Amino acid sequence: MSKKKTEDVRTDVEQDLLKRDYSIGEILKERGVSRRDFLKFCSAMTAAMALPASFAPRVAQALDEVKRPTLVWLEMQSCTGDTEALLRSANPTIAEIVLDILSVDYHETIMAAAGHQAEEALDKTIAAFKGKYICVIEGSISMKDGGVYGSTGGKSHLDRARQVCAGAMATIAVGTCASYGGIAAAVPNPTGAVGVREAVPGATVINLPGCPVNADNLTATIVHFLVFGKIPALDSHGRPLFAYGKRIHDNCERRPHFDAGQYVEHWGDDGHRKGFCLYKMGCKGPATFHNCPSQRYNEKTSWPVAAGHPCAGCSEPGFWDTMSPLYKRLPNVPGFGIEATADKIGIGLAAGVGAAFAVHGALNALRKDKEPVEETKEG
Amino acid sequence: MPNQAKYKRYIWELPVRWTHWFNVVSIATLAVTGFFIGTPFSFGSSASDFTMGWIRFVHFTAAYVFAISTISRVIWSLVGNEYAGWKAFFPCVTAKGREKMVKMMRYYMLMDKEVPETVGHNPLATTAYFALFLLYVLMILTGFALYAQHAPNGIMHKSLGFMYSLFSDQGMRLTHHLSMWLIFGFIINHIYSAWLMDIKEHGSEISSMFSGYKFTVKKED
Ligand code: HEM
Ligand code: SF4
Repeated sequence: MSKKKTEDVRTDVEQDLLKRDYSIGEILKERGVSRRDFLKFCSAMTAAMALPASFAPRVAQALDEVKRPTLVWLEMQSCTGDTEALLRSANPTIAEIVLDILSVDYHETIMAAAGHQAEEALDKTIAAFKGKYICVIEGSISMKDGGVYGSTGGKSHLDRARQVCAGAMATIAVGTCASYGGIAAAVPNPTGAVGVREAVPGATVINLPGCPVNADNLTATIVHFLVFGKIPALDSHGRPLFAYGKRIHDNCERRPHFDAGQYVEHWGDDGHRKGFCLYKMGCKGPATFHNCPSQRYNEKTSWPVAAGHPCAGCSEPGFWDTMSPLYKRLPNVPGFGIEATADKIGIGLAAGVGAAFAVHGALNALRKDKEPVEETKEG
Repeated sequence: MPNQAKYKRYIWELPVRWTHWFNVVSIATLAVTGFFIGTPFSFGSSASDFTMGWIRFVHFTAAYVFAISTISRVIWSLVGNEYAGWKAFFPCVTAKGREKMVKMMRYYMLMDKEVPETVGHNPLATTAYFALFLLYVLMILTGFALYAQHAPNGIMHKSLGFMYSLFSDQGMRLTHHLSMWLIFGFIINHIYSAWLMDIKEHGSEISSMFSGYKFTVKKED
């Protein structure tokens, strides 16, 4: 390190760049992470990537050898919930490992640098590692009126995303906002918010929706890069299949109650206390693809359905609009008032048709038609 | 007497009748089980029961019957007789068809007193049947698209991929649910009209769907 106190931030950045010659294994050793914890982490990641356990040694070997990836993290229109999810890991050892592997080079929320220094660090990183760094984006991007509704460092979010994503090896959109626009994009979407894929069409984007993203899925996605050198297989919404390949409903621990026909009917009723299925309370598990039941949140502590709350469908496109009302199974029918449900309209329709035909029948019975005559002969 | 219904004619071939009754039974089954899927009662007394499981199983089995029956009827509209053929379902494209439709409409609206006679399908009815057929297709597509989600990236899920871009997941459920009510609306109309025409035409409208024979006054259409 430099002896001079006045040394500017640039030297720090350069020092930091030098460290990239070390492999992840070496860095972890240097930080005093035990081999045991490292292997535990590798097994957890292998499971998160939906690989068989026998892959764990290969993951460990690859991580031992691979160089630390460069990663920049941009904040757009977001609540920073995804950063929180990442930083608030309960178990400090694993959290350390996660942060060390991510080794974030630029993160507006957690970096020490500020102002022009920070901007300089970003420019330097993306120039020095063009085509090799990973860009993580949190939050939606405003498109309306040229993107004037969101900016950082005097640059609109849209311009920043275009600039940084263009040089990235891949962009990871963390959280529902970055993936599909999220709450900012909910009707009436005043800022014209969209997800990264839509804002920067040419970029290689991996969506990790969820509100917030599951930090383990983010780490697993990065580990997948490091181990296999390519992005994981994605579904049609750009989500990794290892984390979004199955419906919540098909892996849910309350599923036996669903199949049995045991449902929570009211909040706090006997069934609710016994952990029955939340289907009738508006659970969107049957409509939602995510690995919450197996991966869970906060170091695998819990997830909404385990805690007795129906799934809100937060990892699906447009969930604020399409998954509401949160506590009803089916959406309300647009144009029929707020409370009109499908069945009320259906009953109305059937009753209307029935009444119309009853009247018709009565009128018909009362009048004399010119009818074909009675006897029928074979032709 | 000039107005006698004196010709007995074989109108509805076997596949037409069979698919009709398969549709009736499967739609009834689908509606009852579908209602339960939409608003289940807490029947289960133990977590090892399988009430919803069986009901869904019946729904999906009936769904296959319904889909196969519907597809068979479409195939028959290409190979069957003129009454079963697909052209019968678009009476509005010919001038004669349009004229018959107007007559039929006037009769139904209680404007005319003369019962217009039809040998095969009544042209207003076939128009309604075509709309109903579209509802069937919608039911089958939304149903199988919802069903296929249990095995993402399977053949069914992949080939119905376009459905997931047309509908949001919940929108698909709502469409599946609401279309059932539209089918109910049709059924009320259908049973009433069949009964009405059975009485008015004396053509054995209702029994023709069992026997295949109708009785008509005129020899030709
Ligand atoms: C006329 C035919 C049909 C009727 C009347 C019918 C009726 C219904 C109804 C009322 C529901 C409950 C919807 C809700 O409230 O969520 C339902 C659900 C369902 N139906 Fe059908 N259905 C029909 C055909 C089909 C077909 C052909 C399939 C194909 C497999 C199918 C598959 C399903 C599935 C998978 C669900 C569960 C949806 C969910 O996950 O919530 N249905 N059906
Ligand atoms: S709680 Fe939700 S996800 Fe779980 S079985 Fe019931 S409906 Fe499915």
